[in-house]
Amino acid sequence: MLAVTGLTRSFGSRRAIDDVSFTVPSGQVTGFIGGNGAGKTTTMRIILGVLVPDRGEVVFQGRPVAREQSRDFGYMPEERGLYPKMKLAEQIAYLATLHGLSRAAAAARARQLLTGLGLGARLDDTVEKLSLGNQQRAQVAAALAGDPSVLVLDEPFSGLDPMAIDTVAAILRDYVSRGAPLLFSSHQLDLVERICDRVVIIAAGKIRATGSRDELLRLHASNRWEIDGVAPDWLAAQPQADQVETVEEPGQAGQGGRRLRFSVAAADPAAAEQSAQAVLRAALDVGAVRLFAPWRPSLVEVFREVIVDETPQEVSA
Amino acid sequence: MTSSQDVTPARPTPAEGSRRQLGWLRLAWLVGRREITVQLRSRAFIVSAVILLVVVAAAIVVPSLLGGDDDQASGDPVKVALDPQVSPPAALSDPALFELTTADSADQAVQLVRDQTVDAALVASPNDPGGLGLVALEEAPAALTAALQPPVALLDQSPFGQMPVGYIMSLVFGLLFMMVAMVFGQTIAVNTVVEKQTRVVEILLAAVPDRALLGGKVLGNSILALGETLLVGLVALACLQATGQNQVLDLLVAPIAWYVVFFVIGFVFLASLYAGLASLVSRMEDVGNAVTPVTMLIMAPYMVVLIFNENQDVMNVLSYIPIMSTVAMPVRQILGQGQWWEALVSLVILTAATLGAVLLGARIYSRSILHTGKGLKLVDALRNRV
Repeated sequence: MLAVTGLTRSFGSRRAIDDVSFTVPSGQVTGFIGGNGAGKTTTMRIILGVLVPDRGEVVFQGRPVAREQSRDFGYMPEERGLYPKMKLAEQIAYLATLHGLSRAAAAARARQLLTGLGLGARLDDTVEKLSLGNQQRAQVAAALAGDPSVLVLDEPFSGLDPMAIDTVAAILRDYVSRGAPLLFSSHQLDLVERICDRVVIIAAGKIRATGSRDELLRLHASNRWEIDGVAPDWLAAQPQADQVETVEEPGQAGQGGRRLRFSVAAADPAAAEQSAQAVLRAALDVGAVRLFAPWRPSLVEVFREVIVDETPQEVSA
Repeated sequence: MTSSQDVTPARPTPAEGSRRQLGWLRLAWLVGRREITVQLRSRAFIVSAVILLVVVAAAIVVPSLLGGDDDQASGDPVKVALDPQVSPPAALSDPALFELTTADSADQAVQLVRDQTVDAALVASPNDPGGLGLVALEEAPAALTAALQPPVALLDQSPFGQMPVGYIMSLVFGLLFMMVAMVFGQTIAVNTVVEKQTRVVEILLAAVPDRALLGGKVLGNSILALGETLLVGLVALACLQATGQNQVLDLLVAPIAWYVVFFVIGFVFLASLYAGLASLVSRMEDVGNAVTPVTMLIMAPYMVVLIFNENQDVMNVLSYIPIMSTVAMPVRQILGQGQWWEALVSLVILTAATLGAVLLGARIYSRSILHTGKGLKLVDALRNRV
């Protein structure tokens, strides 16, 4: 398990990150999300040992990471870069030798990685000749070149088409399944929701929420249900239903259906369920109900809620 | 993709056994080896190196092919001044071959040689009454020695003849230093910025300490610069040998050897600064400006030594100033002005200065290599940490 505790770092008078702590369990994919300038890249650079924190430390397998040990980490920087005029396979092999592989092992690893990423036909092309998507795949290969025991990837999926996203995600999953912790940042929250086991949300240099994805989503559902088939006024008049809102759905306007979301005030989940069912029964008495379900927010919605909320929350994991 | 417990047993990754923890010297060598391989594969680099070698060879071989028997080749008679005590020898009676002038005195006849009014003078031999002596400037005319076979006295004993040796060698060493140091220094600067601009440096730094990265660049390019300098030296010596200029050859071997040693250490000095200064900027178009101070430093020995090569006192001082000494000391050695221990002392000074330059370059480099966006000011890079 990789853990960061109390990382703080300022650039001049600006505090980029402030007391950042979270864990990246082995064998799991952890998504690191936050707005631009929230402190993701600074945190990742510190984990990599490329940047020194003012305070705090990075711990891997229970021991603080020394400068030398972080050599074992695979990194993909935020802005892409490989030597433009160097041949692809040679370049990945070079990076592998820097991580301590012998020349022969490095060459074999480069070939195997690139082939797995669908670049088997481009081994001897220079990087500048590759399309942007292929350069991105090459970048993934660069991060994996040294067979790292920890992966830290800054926006690994940006610029990839859906097929490439699937390829890269599968390769990363496979890597993680062998026991490496993976931390990756992304703005594509749907993607994070799809492939992450855990989520860390950072805003303005502070951690706002960390925990398993499912826990986080469930917590933020906060006893809300969705129903389609009743009028907003009718729903608002029900004693159990609070905070009635209309769910805007693109392309659904004027098709008759209207999804409404409401919350129920209750002391515990069982009581909430009872109140919601009472609303459903009342609704069935006045007409046809086309949809009734507990609402699960998307990660985007959780993210929006979390970053406006000033107090950091710790979710049990 | 389901959530699970935090602790998943960490299984070893497949290549774990084959990975070694590398020391920074080993890492520097890996970085240096890449620099060398990339450069040796560059067509532009190879072509420019070959051109340099061809120019050096031509500069030595062509004059020796053209020079030599210019008077005889022209078909003009050989002009000979006669000592009044010497009667015109019968062997020189053909006016088509020899043009004889009788001087007022033996001294005047020699002076005519010095003035290059005549090609040679025939004077009475002081040791051998009735015998003849031939006086010429650099080389006795072949027709004359063939006709008389006299003992020959040459006025100019230097194997370089009338050439301004100090000037020419200042020019040669100065140009060579400037060209080679600039080519490889610029390579370091450009590669440093390419790595910054493409952010490959972040990937590299995740694997390699910054001093190994910098050290590798300096190492790789120093090896290439040394290789090119050695090649130039060997080609020059081989051409001198081939054209039979053995006396010149003997005089040049030691200074060329000194030059190579001074150059290698001086280049490490410059290379560290090139990398350090280049790391201040992140755009290719800013490299030129960033490395201007070190570019001036590279041109300095060429300019200064070329101007002052005849001023022995100035040359004496220059030959102890780091970087200047790279050109000044070998030139002094050729002119026979410097002792070997002087070169050694100067070398120690240069080495100490180079250590300082390496530390300075490394300090700038490690503080600015990850800084992107607007270029850093040198003072800020020295003052702040990354």
